[in-house]
Amino acid sequence: MTELTLIQGVNQALREAMKADPDVVLLGEDIGVNGGVFRATEGLLKEFGEDRVMDTPLNESGIVGTAVGMALYGLKPVAEIQFLDFIYPAFDQIVSELAKLRYRSGGQFPCHVVLRAPYGGGIKGGLYHSQSTEQLFASIPGLKVVVPSTPADAKGLLLSSIFDEDPVLFLEPKRIYRSLPGEVPDGDHRVPLGTARVAREGSDVSVFAYGAMVPVAQQACQGLDAQGIHAELIDLRSLVPLDEAALLRSVEKTGRAVIVHEAPRFCGYGAEIAALLAEKALYSLKAPVVRVTGYDTPFPYALEHLYLPSVDRVSRAIERTVRAA
Amino acid sequence: MASSPPGEPGDVLPLPYDADSLARRVGPAWKETLLTIYRGMLLGRILDQRLLGLQRQGRVGFYGPAMGQEATNAAVAAALGKEDWVFPGLREQLVALLRGHPLPVYLAQLFGNEKDPARGRQMPCHPTAREVGYVSMSSVIGNQIPQAVGTAWALRRKGVAAIALACFGDGATSSGDFHAGLNFAGVLRVPVLFLLTNNQWAISLPASRQSAVATLAEKARAYGFSGSRVDGTDPVAVFCAVRDAREALLKGEGPRLLEAVFYRMAPHSSSDDPTRYQPPGWGEEARLHDPLGRLEPLLEKLGLVPGPARDRLREEIETEVRQAIQATEPLPPPGPESLFEDTYRHPFPPLTEERDRFDTEQGGHFP
Repeated sequence: MTELTLIQGVNQALREAMKADPDVVLLGEDIGVNGGVFRATEGLLKEFGEDRVMDTPLNESGIVGTAVGMALYGLKPVAEIQFLDFIYPAFDQIVSELAKLRYRSGGQFPCHVVLRAPYGGGIKGGLYHSQSTEQLFASIPGLKVVVPSTPADAKGLLLSSIFDEDPVLFLEPKRIYRSLPGEVPDGDHRVPLGTARVAREGSDVSVFAYGAMVPVAQQACQGLDAQGIHAELIDLRSLVPLDEAALLRSVEKTGRAVIVHEAPRFCGYGAEIAALLAEKALYSLKAPVVRVTGYDTPFPYALEHLYLPSVDRVSRAIERTVRAA
Repeated sequence: MASSPPGEPGDVLPLPYDADSLARRVGPAWKETLLTIYRGMLLGRILDQRLLGLQRQGRVGFYGPAMGQEATNAAVAAALGKEDWVFPGLREQLVALLRGHPLPVYLAQLFGNEKDPARGRQMPCHPTAREVGYVSMSSVIGNQIPQAVGTAWALRRKGVAAIALACFGDGATSSGDFHAGLNFAGVLRVPVLFLLTNNQWAISLPASRQSAVATLAEKARAYGFSGSRVDGTDPVAVFCAVRDAREALLKGEGPRLLEAVFYRMAPHSSSDDPTRYQPPGWGEEARLHDPLGRLEPLLEKLGLVPGPARDRLREEIETEVRQAIQATEPLPPPGPESLFEDTYRHPFPPLTEERDRFDTEQGGHFP
């Protein structure tokens, strides 16, 4: 065990994967000499050489298209998209190619690429360095979408993603890249995709969160203990596949659910969870499902603290749910 | 290149070769090469005629003919190496067949039946043939271009002496991924050959409206490598150009662009009506540049496939096509379980639940 930040967990996972398998290669903007604008790839060019750590021209469609071609021939490319906000030029390559190659070729051309992308707000980045648009990708059959919230999970989930057989969008909560260090197992530490984590046990209400909203929800839950409200916090970790069983188990126990995410509410990922609970846990519910989310607007700059779900907003939502019935 | 460039109506010179020049340019096996290419071109033409007919009869859902492109396709197939990978554009299916993809399997894709390796998931003319290095294509224009660059990079990294061939049409030169792919290739200096098949039309838009440059080939210069033009109706010229470019690529000389210019002799697809946009006389002009019409007199002159032998060859291919259609058309569609396979390596909920309740749902007994 070593205490690391989340970004160091990412860096360690990349290094472990590259040491374990010569087919693992990295590509992206500023990832080589500069070590990535967030330093996720720091030191890797020096350690593994230009043949495996490629600084690319500034074109996301080119990055993902090139990664697709590498993967088709058997490499395991990990491409960095500098910010999730800049991924849209590559949307066509992701939706039309990456997600569909296995299907449209009858399994002849599986295409395993990991796309790493810092996402989310709280860094004073304005519209184009802050968005959470995971729902766009979670709705594309063929892709997996993974979001760590701790340094240990950043390492363990990224290693599992790199050695998975399907394409993975790996979303990194940049707001907590450095702010919340934690113990990280050494060596080849892997966390299986599709398993949620019980971040905190409780009996009165289930709170579902992922990425940078996990520590916010954690703080809200802790604050409510004094009022006798014991909230259970589930860190989803993986949006696709979703650990349905873990969610249902929790709601069957508590009878109440609060969903927290940064992305806008309408057609957000929380809608899928609410629908799941309506389909499979309705008779366990004692109160309406509540969502605490970003507002249905683009992401603001000056007022981002009011836009993002705060500890206070989450606490009120939990209280309201518990008092509803 | 001695043959006449396309685009000069009514002025089509015969292919300017004799035995000596062919031996010099193609090599000692020139006869075999020329016959292989000719047979391939005939197969392409016969398939197009037959399958367009089947489409008109409602037996195939859609068809995209490649009439006019036969010389380019057959010559490319003859010039490539076995380990090379082909990223097709819209009309390179013949390349897959000539690299050894079995005709009945190809037809199964058109019929969308159980023998289609891709299990009836794509519309016709989208074969997938890994066994011959022919990559599954999407219908989105230009997406394959950066992918070929990535594969070329992987070939180099793995030390395989082979190239990636990216095929695309004149319309694709306007796509963002044309720019992305050529730019990446120029910077990375990988062994990728960009084969621009310019049939002068992107559905209804003439190449002159696709770009303001004089020739599309010269775009390569902006990416730091050479682009050249070849008469795409002259199989000898295409064969030599691809072979030479390939050799340069394998020496590590970086990417190349080759623009093969020819005439689209058929509608864009079975859903298209070119009388809405092509000027009167275009069809006639295109027929003057029919690659088969140009090659056959040369073969005659060389005494390679005289008239009766040509008829026999044609009959032989027609029989092969007919038998393959007869064997393939009656096959059943893929089983319904295939709906739920190959989206992920191992499916998970909710997909597995959708699969498990499929029978009940389809029977009208919803849970």
